[in-house]
Amino acid sequence: MAGLSTKPSAKEIWAWLEDVPDPEIPVVSVVDLGIVRNVEWEGDDLVVTVTPTYSGCPATAVIALDIQEALRRRGVEKVRTKSQLSPAWTTDWIGEKAREKLKAYGIAPPAEGARCVGDLKNPIVECPHCGSTATEQVARFGSTPCKASWRCRDCLEPFDYFKSF
Amino acid sequence: MTATVKTDAALFELALRMGDNALILGQRIGAWCGHAPAVEEDIALANVALDLIGQTKMWLGLAGELEGKGRSADDLAFLRDARAFRNALLVEQPNGDFAHTLMRQYLFDAWHHPMLVALKSSADKRVADIAEKAEKEARYHLERSEDLIVRLGDGSEESHERMQTALDALYPFAGELYAADAIDGDLAARRIAPDLGEVGKRYLASLKSTFEEATLKAPWDAATRKGGKQGMHSEELGYILAEMQWMQRAYPGAKW
Repeated sequence: MAGLSTKPSAKEIWAWLEDVPDPEIPVVSVVDLGIVRNVEWEGDDLVVTVTPTYSGCPATAVIALDIQEALRRRGVEKVRTKSQLSPAWTTDWIGEKAREKLKAYGIAPPAEGARCVGDLKNPIVECPHCGSTATEQVARFGSTPCKASWRCRDCLEPFDYFKSF
Repeated sequence: MTATVKTDAALFELALRMGDNALILGQRIGAWCGHAPAVEEDIALANVALDLIGQTKMWLGLAGELEGKGRSADDLAFLRDARAFRNALLVEQPNGDFAHTLMRQYLFDAWHHPMLVALKSSADKRVADIAEKAEKEARYHLERSEDLIVRLGDGSEESHERMQTALDALYPFAGELYAADAIDGDLAARRIAPDLGEVGKRYLASLKSTFEEATLKAPWDAATRKGGKQGMHSEELGYILAEMQWMQRAYPGAKW
């Protein structure tokens, strides 16, 4: 695609990034997850600041590439991503809309108000299938670094819980 | 970064020590992938390893930046020889049975977490930022390993016995984690890193209460085995590096 004649505004770029899905949980976007921290022009270069979810999450590198590719497709020629560690990512940055999308996808959204997982010893986790809160943890870890394995004592279905972090 | 900035040798050492602990332990527990006694434990160990390798990238990335010779985190991980590694001896100890793996993990996590909490207020912002990120992960690791020590220590006769054997074998390596040398003293004086003696006090207090609950007896007076932080390793590290580094040694610069 040909280059753009004018620089798109930050607002426009944020809207474009809303369409970039998380590679592991494609129902939510990188913006929904709260990992895009800033969008800024440095001269003719567009710099997107991203913060990692977990420091070893294999999706991090893919996310940076996906963001760059999505913006190039929109005609932004010079784009780079920058990693920022502090303030450290927290699941409290996941918005209400994204929490609904996670639930509809079968993942219980993270309980709010935890600065890290250990803060909430017994979070109230609603089963994404039947809505019951009679749920229990099966294992602290799950299919991706951000999830734990849970099950529902009412409908007996197992499910992923997006750990509050 | 400019070439006029003098390399901070002590800070470089700190980044290597933190990074190498995470790297070697991550490599060790990564070996359980596909072999752990239960699928949940298999996944847990692989995830903890992943966090540790991620943290390694941050620490060794910082070390390379501080050194200013253009070495990347990968260069430092895959192209250094054993004597240039700065991990504590504890993390290079063999996986042994599952009790050994869990005990080694607990003895590390119980130190790692308070150490990172303290590093969050480092006078060096780069160190503080990495610690802020890593601490959240380390806390979850500790929560898990502490719980398992209690459940298996105060479990069946066999699990108790195995945990006790592991503790007897591994406790002598715990002291190195908080034994300060001149580098640690220099970093503490500049408020880049905490007073390790203080971290050690907190560490020992948490070990005491966990082992009491787990009905285990630590050999508190055992002589401390140390030297890893200064590059004097057990023979184990050579085997770890041989496996971890062979690809980059055989095919320098190979990428996938």
